[in-house]
Amino acid sequence: MANEMTFLASNHHLSADNLVGVRGDRLLFKKLNFNLSSGTVLYLQGANGSGKTTLLRTICGLAKPYEGQINWCGEDISALAEEYSKHVLYIGHLSGIKEDLTALENLQFSLALSGTDISKNNAVEALKMLGFEKCLNLPTRMLSQGQKRRVALARLWLQDLPIWILDEPFTALDTLATNLLKQKIEAFAIDGGIVVMTTHQEVTLNVPNLMHIRLDF
Amino acid sequence: MSQNLSTFSVLYRIFMRDIKVAMRRQSDVTAVFFFFIIAASLFPLGSGSDPKLLSAMAPSVLWVTALLSCMLSLSRMYASDHADGTLEQVMLSNQPTVLIVLMKILAHWVLSGLPLVFVAPLIGLQFNLSSAELQILAISLLMGTLALSLIGSIGAALTLGIRGTGVLIAILVLPLYIPVLVFGAGAVNAVSIGMSPNGALSLLGAVLAMALVFAPLASAAALRIALD
Repeated sequence: MANEMTFLASNHHLSADNLVGVRGDRLLFKKLNFNLSSGTVLYLQGANGSGKTTLLRTICGLAKPYEGQINWCGEDISALAEEYSKHVLYIGHLSGIKEDLTALENLQFSLALSGTDISKNNAVEALKMLGFEKCLNLPTRMLSQGQKRRVALARLWLQDLPIWILDEPFTALDTLATNLLKQKIEAFAIDGGIVVMTTHQEVTLNVPNLMHIRLDF
Repeated sequence: MSQNLSTFSVLYRIFMRDIKVAMRRQSDVTAVFFFFIIAASLFPLGSGSDPKLLSAMAPSVLWVTALLSCMLSLSRMYASDHADGTLEQVMLSNQPTVLIVLMKILAHWVLSGLPLVFVAPLIGLQFNLSSAELQILAISLLMGTLALSLIGSIGAALTLGIRGTGVLIAILVLPLYIPVLVFGAGAVNAVSIGMSPNGALSLLGAVLAMALVFAPLASAAALRIALD
């Protein structure tokens, strides 16, 4: 994990500047400001439909903010385009798993998208740690919801990116996987990563910099 | 632990993934192929046995059928990636969206356009076409089907996430297909009346070159709007 230190040594920050989010004709959030430096976990809370996913997609750059901007190290992310998105690991509520491909193929492809080439052994190892001894060669359409989720989450163990944006990462996971993921997020934050996440599960993260934003409008 | 991939190998993997997914679902690809064969074969059966009439209508029939078969598979170009969230992941990759879109278009062409280029000369035999005409038919389809995939990608991207896309894509895309049809069928027609096909082929090449530049840009912009 030598090259993991490259981004962790430098101090990154991600900030929102007077962000306004609108879905259809509904105002979701307005005048939202935050400033996340390395090692911060931002925990978004709010009821269903309060705009958590919209905000996460805005932070990734997939959705354009109605007003305001997101800055990555002082620069507007819409101007940075893929210079920004190559730093982001986003796991949405759609897992981004192709059902016709196997767990291994899915994992290798999603890693390749951010330019990471991983040896088959390393990928298999990560999947085994997440409980995939037996179904490595099955198309993912035969797997359960929780297993698909694990395939999507396996990237967290293999990719060296400074920002994680996780939309309901604990959904459909069993206690074992929930604990593994919780520990991974904690370790990542302590190493200096930035995490923005939502969850409805009762998960308490032990990290030094934990921020909460409640979206209720 | 990991190493960085070059732009070329990331794009190559995007292309190969689309091919691999299609190979696991062969029915989608073969359906388009057999639609072309069957639809084009219906015309000789329905229009009697006058060889002159058949060879006169062959270029337009084969080209229109190719155009319709290409259109059949357009709605799938981005829809399944959109439904399972892989499109979001692809848009967040470290490569420019325009190049990614171009890879997806090329994969679509290899799967649905290119097979037609190989089978069309065989179908053309049913229409009493000469070998010179068959040759130009294949060449014009080779260029033309790529242009069809490129132009069709704009329609597929614009209609992403809308219900009942099939008819809408046809309405959006068919008018844009007209130049390809005119110059593609025109090249074969030119040969059959003893003229040089070079003029029509050059114009077809011009359409292709223009589509190659503008279609990925337009599709990428439409996809960004669809995902917003």
